[in-house]
This record gives sequence, structure tokens and C-alpha cells, in this order.
Amino acid sequence: MEAYLDNSATTSITESVRDKVIKALYEDYGNPSSLHRLGVAAEAYIKEAALALAGSLKVEPREIVFTSGGTESNNLAIMGAAYANRRRGRHIISTAIEHPSVHEPLMHLKDNGFDISLAPVDGAGRLKKEELYNLIREETILVSIMYVNNEVGSVQDIAEISSRIKERYSDIIIHTDAVQAFGKYRIYPKRDGIDLLTLSGHKIHAPKGSGALYIADRVKVNPIMFGGGHQRGFRSGTENVPAIAGLGQAVKELYTDFEEKISRMYKLKLMMLNGLAGVDGVTANGLPGDYGARDGGYSMELVKKTAPHIISLTFDGVKSEVFLHALEDKGVYVSSGSACSSHHSEPSATLTAMGLSKEKMDSTLRISLSDRTTEKEIEYALEQISNLYPVLKRYTRK
Amino acid sequence: MFRAFLIKYAEIGLKGNNRYLFENALRDRVKDALKVLGAFSVSKEQGRIFVECPEGYDYEETVEALKCVFGISSICPVVVIDGTDWDSLEKGVGDYVEAMYPDRHFTFKVEAKRADKQYPLTSPDICAKMGACLLRRFPELKVDVHNPDVRITVEVRTRAYVYSVNIPGLGGMPVGTNGKAMLLLSGGIDSPVAGYMISKRGVSMEAVYFHAPPYTSERAKQKVIDLASQISRYAGPMKLFIVNFTDIQLYIYDKCPHEELTIIMRRYMMRIAERLAEKEGCLGLVTGESIGQVASQTMHSLAATNEVCTMPVYRPLIAFDKKDIVEIAERIKTFETSIQPYEDCCTIFVARHPVIRPDIRIIRKSEKKLADRIDEMVEEAIRTSEVIDIG
Repeated sequence: MEAYLDNSATTSITESVRDKVIKALYEDYGNPSSLHRLGVAAEAYIKEAALALAGSLKVEPREIVFTSGGTESNNLAIMGAAYANRRRGRHIISTAIEHPSVHEPLMHLKDNGFDISLAPVDGAGRLKKEELYNLIREETILVSIMYVNNEVGSVQDIAEISSRIKERYSDIIIHTDAVQAFGKYRIYPKRDGIDLLTLSGHKIHAPKGSGALYIADRVKVNPIMFGGGHQRGFRSGTENVPAIAGLGQAVKELYTDFEEKISRMYKLKLMMLNGLAGVDGVTANGLPGDYGARDGGYSMELVKKTAPHIISLTFDGVKSEVFLHALEDKGVYVSSGSACSSHHSEPSATLTAMGLSKEKMDSTLRISLSDRTTEKEIEYALEQISNLYPVLKRYTRK
Repeated sequence: MFRAFLIKYAEIGLKGNNRYLFENALRDRVKDALKVLGAFSVSKEQGRIFVECPEGYDYEETVEALKCVFGISSICPVVVIDGTDWDSLEKGVGDYVEAMYPDRHFTFKVEAKRADKQYPLTSPDICAKMGACLLRRFPELKVDVHNPDVRITVEVRTRAYVYSVNIPGLGGMPVGTNGKAMLLLSGGIDSPVAGYMISKRGVSMEAVYFHAPPYTSERAKQKVIDLASQISRYAGPMKLFIVNFTDIQLYIYDKCPHEELTIIMRRYMMRIAERLAEKEGCLGLVTGESIGQVASQTMHSLAATNEVCTMPVYRPLIAFDKKDIVEIAERIKTFETSIQPYEDCCTIFVARHPVIRPDIRIIRKSEKKLADRIDEMVEEAIRTSEVIDIG
């Protein structure tokens, strides 16, 4: 038996996505910019994908720019918006729990004359909103907030935050890194006050190397890659047609039976959390409220305040890397909660911001589901985790 | 431009009656090194190895490969002149100098050798006449027969060969002339260097790695495989034994005092390595230990790990400083791989305060606590070890 529970790292691709990618890769290999019919055939995939994405977000197809994935979209959004709007001001606000592909561009901008403020989070990884609002000033041009945190699954209320900000400062650009949220929530940028939205293909059953940035018509963004002026100048470079075609296909399927898929993931998440709730030394991270299980476990109501697919668990006394490999041996694939595995790497920014100690961070695993995860997989994983934890806990460094 | 290489060898020249064995081994190692690069012809002749290159071979790649062969003192790229009549010779050598040395403000000397004793000119004649010809063609040149900047050697055989450049080789002895040893390979910086150094003395290698899943990852194992491949560029093909050490390690953890864990663990590693070595016909073990580097490498600790095997343990880095080891690791290109941050099984359970002056009698006593199951576990570890063919 195997249980792939590392869906926030990447997902498997579906059969229909595979077929679409192969067709675009092998049969319709033309350059979408070519004037002849092979070019037209290739371009058709891009149009189709743009329509699918635009439809799912309720935006215009021209507002979609295809990129190589989440990292590029975040770079384009942040660097592009910062440089295009620097005459209005040089202050940018973000949060302490962003993905490196948001944080690092911000640090680059900081080295280049921008002023960056990072809003703190509480122990459950939720933004301290009042502190965020207090950071806003006349020179603020951009606010970038992660929709769903990739490590603990905490969710920010982007719509509310955006409307509060725009009440006072309607010109501030709102960016959200929705890599972990797209497909898990119905996100409508125009309704939710989002000007720039990052999404990635390989988290939603599309190929790696696919992604997009939604850029609202009204927003000025400079390109960060220069060349032949593809995609209205936002992103030069021949479009990666097979990846884009695969992304389009995945998006078409993403919101079918949406409510059912989401409620099933929540059910599985709750099952996992409650399966371990009574175990001594195990804590779940990212759950608001009293952070702990009441007798009988967590309530669905509480769990629904977090993303349906990400579970962060700390297992006291066992290094996450060891636990991960022990589970791997049983066919259960998860990831270590802190950014990387070894004593050489940086501790996780998210877990640090949430106030976890170094020991806890080193003992944190992330279990992440997809709409393809089954109850059997969760049962099996639970069984393996429950069996291994006491054994591993016995052997620790003294 | 170069169509051949003349390979001069190091210490082999000092050997007596069995010298041919060393020469044959060197010839074979050169063949091995070039095999993958094309159809080179490698032959042994009069105190050197001669390599003729196939059409379209890659010069840099070939030199790189030869620079990994132990036993070579220098590599001379050779230009071949097809005719041996004087006109061809004069033109050939002149063209060689023109192509090799765009700036010809240097002193030189011509050295000649003649395998074809029927050749109308003697060696000193060739030297004198060629020197004069070169001076005529390139007036900037100056002759210095005692201490020239450049020695141009002309060899007349069925064809003529010209060379003047010596690319230094690695030295040492050809692998396969000095038996075989078992290298304890950990994934750190030191053990690959130790293997390289012993191999340099003509010793073939097999290697053993102690894997401790889930405490050490697939990537740590891959890292060791990569290191073994890197060493095998010098040491030739080797078998890499992957021993699953987890159960033994946990058993020691359960039964013995924690601060002695590392020492006792290492004693079992040595025992298992020795057993594998015997099985493979090795004559010694090789480790990367260096006195005082860590707690398990103090004189006391070394004595404690050493006493469990009867086979000689070679520790070529024993008196090296870390920075000197790193320097070699960088040169043999194992450093980059070694510093990849994957834990090896020696570090996972290491006590915060391990014993640094273990008393052998106490260690022996602690080991008695393992008597129940350890022999059977050692057998099991040896029996289930995975073998990977490297190189």
C-alpha cells in the first residue's frame, strides 16, 4: 500500500492532462507566434487555457499571463508592480509567513531602495490584521499576502483585508500568492479586491513548469524578462505550449464537483487530526482557537477555518527527517515541516513566525492531501504513523 | 595537431626484474582510462607507454583522463611526422615550433633519439643540424644546451615524433600492482581522500558504507555512490557494499551506555568491514581517520576501534590537518559531493558528551551486554548487504 500525502509539494497529473500535454508536445508542435497554420494550432491551446483560467477566476482572458510557475509569477508580480509604481511610493507590505519566492524578491527590492514591512501572525499562522493596517502609509504601493500558507494551511481573509485597505487607499495594489489556495477556494479577484494573483499548475494536477499570474487591467506591472514581447510584453519568450495546455485542462476539471471534493478533503483532514489527537507528544499546528483538541478531538467547524488539504503536525522527540524516511519505507510520502531537512538549512520562516521552538520545528511534518486522496490512504498513513511514532521516539539523541 | 602521447612513468623505473609487471599494469590502466573515449592504441616501448590517438579525438578530454592514471610521471603530447627524410623532418619540426610557440623569444635545445639505427644521421648529428635549421627559420630563438627554456625532442622511428611539453601526471603506482583493500566510506570529506591516497600506491579498492535507514536517507546513500564513482576514476572499478546498520545501532543504543555508543558502533563497523574484506580477498582496511579530529578519533578511541580487527588498518590521513585533507578533496573533486548536508549514521545518535578517552576494558564489558543477539545481527547485516558495481 502507498499513500502519497505530499500534494502541497506537487501533485500527480490526471490522464486527461497527460493526453493534452502529449498532443501539444508531439502533434501540435508549432510555435504559437508562427503565422502558418501550425502556429495557429499551437496558439489555440493557449487561448483555450486562458479562457479556462479566466473562467474559473471570472476575469478576462487578456488578464492572464502564463509563466513557468509560482516562483516566476510571484517575482513578476512583486518586482513588476514595484518598479512600475515606484514613482507613487516605495513602501511595500507583506507578511512574515510568505513563501521564499515572495520574500526573496522583497529582500532584493529592499536592497534597491524600497522599504519593506512584514506583518506578524498569531500562533495559528493568521495575520494580525490590525497590525497590518497600522503599517499602511501614504507611500505604500503594494500589499502582498499569501492566501493559504503552504506549511500549516492557515488562511487569510484576503477579501476583507483588501476592502479595508482600499477603503482608505484605493490605489494600493493587492497581490496574493494563491498557489496553495487556487482550486481549494472559489477566488474571484474582481469580487475579492485582488489585483495580482499567483497560481501554479503542478499543485493542481498540471505539469511542473506551468503557472500563471492574473494581472488586473488597471494595474501597471513592468516585465522582468525582456525579449520578443510575447504575452502583451508581460512575459517574453515562446510560450511553453504543452505546459499551458496541461494547465488549462487541469483548471477545467478543478471546479467540477467542487463542493464535494472540498468536503471530502475536510473529512479526511479531520480524520487524520482526530486519529492523532489523543496521542501524547503530538500537536497540530495552524489551528485557530485554543490550538488544541478538546475531548473527542477537533470539530469540523474549527478545521474549516483552515485549508482543506494541509495538515501540520509536530511529533515531539522525533526528527522530522527521520520520521519522513521511516514513513517512506512504508510507502507513505510526506514532507518535513520546516523548509528543509538538515542542520545546514534555514529554519522555517512560517513556523518561526508562529513562535515554534527550534526543537518543535525540527519535529514537524506536513501531510498534504489532494482531491484524489482516499480514505484508505489516510487510514493506512494513520496506522503507520501511530505504529512508528513510539518506536522512533525511543531512540533519540541524548 | 597532436596525434599521440608519450607517457613517462614514475617509480616503476626503479623496479628490478618484475618491472615488466608494473609496466603491463600501467599500459592496461591507460587502456582502461581511454577505452571510453575512443579507439586509442596503447603500447609499451622502451621505458615509456606510447598512445596513438584515433581520428577526431578530443585532446582536453584525453589529457584529463590520463591525469587520473596513477603511475604516470608526465604526459607529452606528440606531433607525428609521417616521412623521416630530412626535408620532411625539418619542415615538420619547424612547423611544430611555429604552432606551439607564437612568441619565440626563448632558449632551446634539440634532443634526438633514433630507434632506426640505419638512419643516415646519428643522434648528435640530428641535434646539431635541426638546431641550425630552427635558428635559420626563427632568428629570435637562442640555443642553450645546458639550461634551455624548451627541450625539443625529435625521435626517429618508422615515423618521426616531436614533443617539447611535459604535462605532470599523478605519480604513484599503477592500480592493480599492490593487492586490494577495503575502504570504509562514510560520505564525509576524509574517507574518499584516504581511498584515493592508498589507491595511489597501486592498491585496488572495494568499499563499504553503513546505511541506517530511516535515520540516513536515500540521498545520503546516493551521495556515497557518487563519491565511490569519483574515487573509481582513479582507483578503477570497485564494489560498493551497502550494509544496513540500523538494527545493530539501535541494539547498541538499547543495551550500552549512550556515551560509548559511537565507539562501540565503530568497533562493529570495523568487524563487519573486516569480514567483508576477507570475503573479497582484501589485505587491509582503509579509513579516513585523523588523530584528534573528533571524539572517536582520539588516540584512545583509535586504540579501542583498532583492537577488534587483525587485518592491518591503513589510515593515510592520520597526521593530516583538516585543511590539507580538504585541499586534496578539492583536487580530486570529491569535496563538493562530500559537503552535501545529509546525515551519516555516525552523527545521528552521537552523544552530546561522548567518551573521548575510552577505556578498552570498560568498552569490552559494555559490549558483553550485546552477547545475546549481536553475532546473529552481524551475520544478518553481512548477508543482506547490497553490492553496487562502481565504474
